[in-house]
Amino acid sequence: MTDAPISATPAALALIAALRQQHGPLMFHQSGGCCDGSAPMCYPAGEFKIGARDVLLGTVGDAPFYIGGDQYQRWRHTRLTLDVVPGRGSGFSLEAPEGVRFLIRSDVCAAP
Amino acid sequence: MRYARPNTPGAKVSYESRYDNFIGGEFVRPVQGRYFENPSPVTGQTFCEVARSSAEDIDLALNAAHGAKEKWGKTPAAERARLLNKIADVMEAHLEELAVSETWDNGKPIRETLAADLPLAIDHFRYFAGCIRADEGTLAELDEHTVSYHLKEPLGVVGQIIPWNFPLLMAAWKLAPALAAGNCVVLKPAEQTPATILLWAKLASSILPPGVVNIVNGFGIEAGKPLAQSPRVAKVAFTGETTTGRLIMQYASENIIPVTLELGGKSPNLFFADILDHDDDFRQKALEGFAMFALNQGEVCTCPSRALVDKKIYGTFLELATERTRRIVQGDPLDTTTMIGAQASNDQLEKILAYIDIGKKEGARVRTGGERVRLGDGLGDGYYVAPTIFEGHNKMRIFQEEIFGPVVSVASFDGFDDAIAQANDTLYGLGAGVWTRDVHTAFRAGRNIAAGRVWTNCYHLYPAHATFGGYKQSGIGRETHRMMLNHYQQTKNLLVSYDPKPMGFF
Repeated sequence: MTDAPISATPAALALIAALRQQHGPLMFHQSGGCCDGSAPMCYPAGEFKIGARDVLLGTVGDAPFYIGGDQYQRWRHTRLTLDVVPGRGSGFSLEAPEGVRFLIRSDVCAAP
Repeated sequence: MRYARPNTPGAKVSYESRYDNFIGGEFVRPVQGRYFENPSPVTGQTFCEVARSSAEDIDLALNAAHGAKEKWGKTPAAERARLLNKIADVMEAHLEELAVSETWDNGKPIRETLAADLPLAIDHFRYFAGCIRADEGTLAELDEHTVSYHLKEPLGVVGQIIPWNFPLLMAAWKLAPALAAGNCVVLKPAEQTPATILLWAKLASSILPPGVVNIVNGFGIEAGKPLAQSPRVAKVAFTGETTTGRLIMQYASENIIPVTLELGGKSPNLFFADILDHDDDFRQKALEGFAMFALNQGEVCTCPSRALVDKKIYGTFLELATERTRRIVQGDPLDTTTMIGAQASNDQLEKILAYIDIGKKEGARVRTGGERVRLGDGLGDGYYVAPTIFEGHNKMRIFQEEIFGPVVSVASFDGFDDAIAQANDTLYGLGAGVWTRDVHTAFRAGRNIAAGRVWTNCYHLYPAHATFGGYKQSGIGRETHRMMLNHYQQTKNLLVSYDPKPMGFF
C-alpha cells in the first residue's frame, strides 16, 4: 500500500498490461451512480473525453486514472486501490469480455 | 412453495443450451460465431450460452430495423396499440414462466418477479397502448388565414441499452413508449441478464412485424458501443451509471442525436418524529418503508439507501427498524417465502463487500448484517449478502455512493432544515422518501428535496403514469409516463396559409 491517491494490485497491473497488448494505451475513469456505478471504467486512451473538472488521481500501469470533480470532493479522504475480480461487468469497460472486472478498494487517509 | 429450478422435472422454464440474437423476427447466429457463458446468480453455475456479438451483428440488426421502420411508422396508432396489448396478453399468459426465468437470470426472489416485475412490465405495454390512442398533435390559429399544425412523427430507429437489475421490466419501460410512438428498436440487454428477454422475443415474434424489435446480446465494449455510436440510430436510451452515461452523450454528440439517461442515485428516506406518535398501522408502514432498502437486494436505482431519522426518535426508531430488518427472510430465490435473494453477479457481490469494508474503515457502525451469506442446498456459490444497517454520518462514502446492495446507511437530523440539507447533500436526485403524519411537513419536504420523485408515506411503487427520472447527475428524461412518448417523437410543423391573396412583399 502506498500513500498515492490511486494504486493497483499486481493482478490489476497484469490485466492492464494484457489489455494494453490488445487495445493499445489505456485510460481509466471512476464511475458513480447505479448499476455498475462506483466501478472504475477502462477505455482505450482518448476514448472518453476528459472534462475541465475531472481530476487526475494518478496513473496505474502507465494509464491515467480520472474521477469526476464533484465525486472527487466526496472521495478525497480515501485512498483507492485498483483490484480485479472474476465477474461480468457492464458498461463499456474493456476487460468485461475477459470474464473479470476491475474493482476499487478503499482506505481512509488524511485529505490532501 | 418452491418453484422447480429451470431444466429440472416440473420446471416452468426449459432453456436451450445456446441463444442467438433476435434480428428481423428470427434467431440469427452472431457473425463471428462467439458466445459467452451465462451463470445464474442463484447457484453461480452456468445455465446457457448467449451470443457474444460485435459491430457486424449491430449492423445486421440496424438493417432489419431500417427495413421495417417505414411500414411500422405508418401503421395506424390503433393497430400499434392492438399489438402492444397482444404482447401484454401473451406475457400474462406466460407470467410464471417469465417470472421464474427472471429470478433465475437475475437472482431476485420469485415473490417479486410474480408480484412486481411481470405485472408492471405487462401493464406498461397496456399503458402505452392507451397513451398512443389518446395522443394527438396540436394546432394554433395564428391569424384568420394561417394555421400552424404540430404533427408527431416517430424518430425512426432507436438504440436502447438495458440494465440488469430489472431486466424485463426495464426493457418494457423502454420498448413500450418507443414502439407505441412508431419506432423500430435495436436493444442490447445487459450481459449479466440476457436470457428472459429472449424468451420474450419468442413470444413477441408472432405478434410484431419482423425488424420492429431486434435484440443483440454481448458485451458493452463490443456490442453496446457500436450501437451507441452508430449514425443509423436517431436516439439512444440508457440506464446505468455516470461514466457510461457521459460516454453515451459523447457518442451522441458525434451524430447530434438526443439521449435519455437514467444514471442512478443515493436516495434519502426521511423519517420525521411524529411517525412514532401512535402504535398503529402507519408506524408499521413507516418501518416497512425503512426495510425497503432490501427490496431487490438493494439493486434498485432508487434504493432508499440513506435513512435520515429525526434525532428525537432516533434510538427507538432504529431499534424497531433493526428488529424489522432482522426478520427479512433470505434464501432460495425460487421459494415464494424468500424476501431477499442473490446479488446479480460476482463482481456486484465483491463491490458490495468492498463498500462494507470502507464503511467500517470510515468508522460507521454495523448494526446488523455486514457480511456475505453462504446458503446451503446447492446455493453456497450463489452471491448472497445479509441485509446490512450502518450508522454513520452523511459525509461518509457509504452515504454518498449507490452501493447497489442491501445496505442502508443511517444518520440522524436535527430539525426540518437539517433534514433537507442532508437529503440534498448528494450528487444525485432520482428518488426520495418522506414519512410523516403532518401534511405540511410532507408537502414542504417533498417540494424542497431535489429529486425527480419523492415518495410520500410510501416507497418503491413504480406504477405507469407517474414520472420516473432524475435531477442533477441522475440523468435526463422521464420514463413510465406518457411524456416519454415525446422523447421518441419528432415534431413536424406544417405552417399553412389559407389566404389566396399574395403577401405583397415582392
